[in-house]
Amino acid sequence: MNLLEFTAKGIYCPAADVYLDPWQPVKKALITHGHSDHARWGHEQYLCTTAAEPIIKHRLQLTDNIQSVAFGEKVMINGVQFSFHPAGHIPGSAQIRVELNGEVWVFSGDYKLQHDGLSEPFEPVKCHAFITESTFGLPVYAWQPQTDVFDEVNRWWRKSQEEGKVAVLAGYALGKSQRILKNVDASLGKIMVHGAIEAVTNIFREQGMVLPPTVRVLSEMKRADFEGALVICPPSAIGSPWLRKFEPFSLGIASGWMGLRGTRRRRGADRGFVLSDHADWRELNQAVSETGAEKVFVTHGYSEIFARWLTEHGLDAREVKTQYEGELSEMAEATAAEDKALET
Amino acid sequence: MKRFAQLFTELDQTTKTLDKIKALVSYFEVAATQDRIWTIAILSHRRPRRTVSAGYLGTWATERAGLPMWLFEESYSVVGDLAETISLVLPEPDERSDETLTFWINFIKSLEPLDIEEKKVKINWAWHRLGGVDRFVFNKLITGGFRVGVSQQLMVKALAKYAGVKENVIAHRLMGNWSPETTTYETLVLTEDTQDISRPYPFYLAYALEGTVEELGDPKEWQAERKWDGIRGQVIVRNGELFVWSRGEELVTDKYPEYAAFLELLPNGTALDGEILPFRDGLPLSFNHLQTRIGRKSITSKLLQEVPVAFVAYDVLEWDGVDVRSWPLTARREKLETLAAAKPHPVLQLSATINFSTWDQLREERTHSRKYRSEGIMLKRKDSIYRDGRRRGDWWKWKIDPFTIDAVMIYAMSGHGRRANLYTDYTFAVWSGDQLVPFTKAYSGLTDEEIREVDRWVKQNTTERFGPVRSVKPELVFEIAFEGIAKSTRHKSGIALRFPRIYRWRKDKVVSEANTLQDLQQLLNTHG
Repeated sequence: MNLLEFTAKGIYCPAADVYLDPWQPVKKALITHGHSDHARWGHEQYLCTTAAEPIIKHRLQLTDNIQSVAFGEKVMINGVQFSFHPAGHIPGSAQIRVELNGEVWVFSGDYKLQHDGLSEPFEPVKCHAFITESTFGLPVYAWQPQTDVFDEVNRWWRKSQEEGKVAVLAGYALGKSQRILKNVDASLGKIMVHGAIEAVTNIFREQGMVLPPTVRVLSEMKRADFEGALVICPPSAIGSPWLRKFEPFSLGIASGWMGLRGTRRRRGADRGFVLSDHADWRELNQAVSETGAEKVFVTHGYSEIFARWLTEHGLDAREVKTQYEGELSEMAEATAAEDKALET
Repeated sequence: MKRFAQLFTELDQTTKTLDKIKALVSYFEVAATQDRIWTIAILSHRRPRRTVSAGYLGTWATERAGLPMWLFEESYSVVGDLAETISLVLPEPDERSDETLTFWINFIKSLEPLDIEEKKVKINWAWHRLGGVDRFVFNKLITGGFRVGVSQQLMVKALAKYAGVKENVIAHRLMGNWSPETTTYETLVLTEDTQDISRPYPFYLAYALEGTVEELGDPKEWQAERKWDGIRGQVIVRNGELFVWSRGEELVTDKYPEYAAFLELLPNGTALDGEILPFRDGLPLSFNHLQTRIGRKSITSKLLQEVPVAFVAYDVLEWDGVDVRSWPLTARREKLETLAAAKPHPVLQLSATINFSTWDQLREERTHSRKYRSEGIMLKRKDSIYRDGRRRGDWWKWKIDPFTIDAVMIYAMSGHGRRANLYTDYTFAVWSGDQLVPFTKAYSGLTDEEIREVDRWVKQNTTERFGPVRSVKPELVFEIAFEGIAKSTRHKSGIALRFPRIYRWRKDKVVSEANTLQDLQQLLNTHG
């Protein structure tokens, strides 16, 4: 019996009888972060970090069946020791460390190594077995420093202002939007946000996060209200009638997928900014190597390819099928709460 | 190179015509003359000859990046573009070059006589000096396929604006055989050039009819012809020489030896617009027949006998050495008919006009399209001039509805270019007993939204992977549309389709409701 097993319902710890980020309803679920492919609806009990709790509660409309612990705090369940460690993916996101009889496994959920100025920085955790994502597990994905990307965003915003266009930037509601808010040059003008983003951002503000002021886009607003503004919206708004009120506008998309020209052109945006909350090729390799793990399980992304690469480098690596979708789901994400926000 | 790379980025970053024109004009304003003409050449698909094979480039880049070859191949299949894959995997350069576009083009040309080891050294030298977009553009110059969403028409507009010359004049000057090596910007764009006797006219292309045919007004003002399914072409006789151009601006004179007869049939100073079409016993043959001619390097006499090719003439563009495109269609048609009647010959067929006095009569005629092996009807306003490029208003194509069949998706492959990294190319099957027999591939037809949905489904319902291809659970049903059907010995199903594409996703159907191979054979028997 392995410490963690891959089952039809999700990653399972038989010794503790709990699941990590399961995709089917279970009795007890440990959740790495609030994105919809990791935090799913319908479990009896939830456990996550204190930092991630408000978001998960809000998105899944939970009341009393959720508990939380601080980063690094040890929790014993049926004799198995669990602890949450920063994953650097979005604020509050964690890797889950599992230990029994001196054997340590780490499930990384989603992660990145580059500091985004907002999320608790990724913490390498030594382990025997490491479960890693591989969303951008190909050498063609190599992120530029974040400051370069935001220089580009700022230039584009200024250019849009000069051309009399509203700068509309799509990035997913949870994580990416706040990262944009935190790092963009807020002195350039007014920042306006889609309702779905305002809801999430306010939860972070209540948690004490300092972000520049934002104005929520309301249906009764006129074009003049948006003059010179940067409007942040979720990717699901692209191509929707909601965008029309900003005409003329320039559409930007912030996503790791924008690193490929084909994706950039397919999305029909004016500008693609390569900004991801997932590790690029170099970071994935660095993370795996720093865990010291001999056994590596590769989940969502280019799992087969990354596993083969690791195997050629002497690790016992294999591909694991899960229902996590990485940045794909975040591109299309819309939870019930956000759908509601879209209506108003 | 930096300025050209910037132009490339600007063109790539917008889908709006006006922005593209603006980017081109401001580039033309600052670019060195030599860079300017190379840019025009590259954007009209006249890149320098390939001096290094793509295979070598991939290998050298892989070596330089310290990757195993299989990983490069996997990356390439995700990125969908060799030049881009190479520029993404290479390490950042140590220096930055500021040489011009022309410098790098000459650099690429200078590789030609070198042996492979010398080429490798030179290419590595370039990679070591070029980063980011510059490096991508450099790789693209070698591998070709520069798609930046700049149509010939768009470039003509920009150039016309920059040079202060009328658009139709520019369009004509950019046609035909020219290269930055043999001409200058001034000669090409600014002077009335009579050097190139092969120069064709820009083709006038029609849009598909929108709305009902009644909206076109009085039927008496319109001329109707069959819409032929061959290769649009232009036949030119000047100074006792024959030139045959295809719509892709390719000189194809040698491919159709039977056209030599035109030297006898047409007086000097004649240019005809028409369709290159396999034609036997007074009827066109299917496009499949033409395909047996297109690919061949040498045309055997057996092939000439089996698939004789005629030119079905639509229009006359030059008469007696004079450009007559500004004449009304009726006047041009009269000349064309006189010409065809003067020396009848099987190679020169007149695209017959259809007699009709009401739209309902024409509608009835359209239903017989398949009998004539045509794709539908072409409508041309009788007083229309011959314009350039694709235009609305005077000419319309009124195609017949396609054949359709419900099929099951069984394989998926990721696409290229704009569709790289997404499963967009599917193989479809129909039932033969309790077996699913693959019969066609189809790419286009779904919305971006649907493509993403299918892509996600494919990733979660893969049963097997071989390289870039995944076999998937037979579960999704699609309606496949196509224009024609023919027998084929190369396909397992025994049939080949013309222009297959996805018509719609039949979410309302289950796999057992898909069509059968017999249904296809039925179609083959009636229409093949």
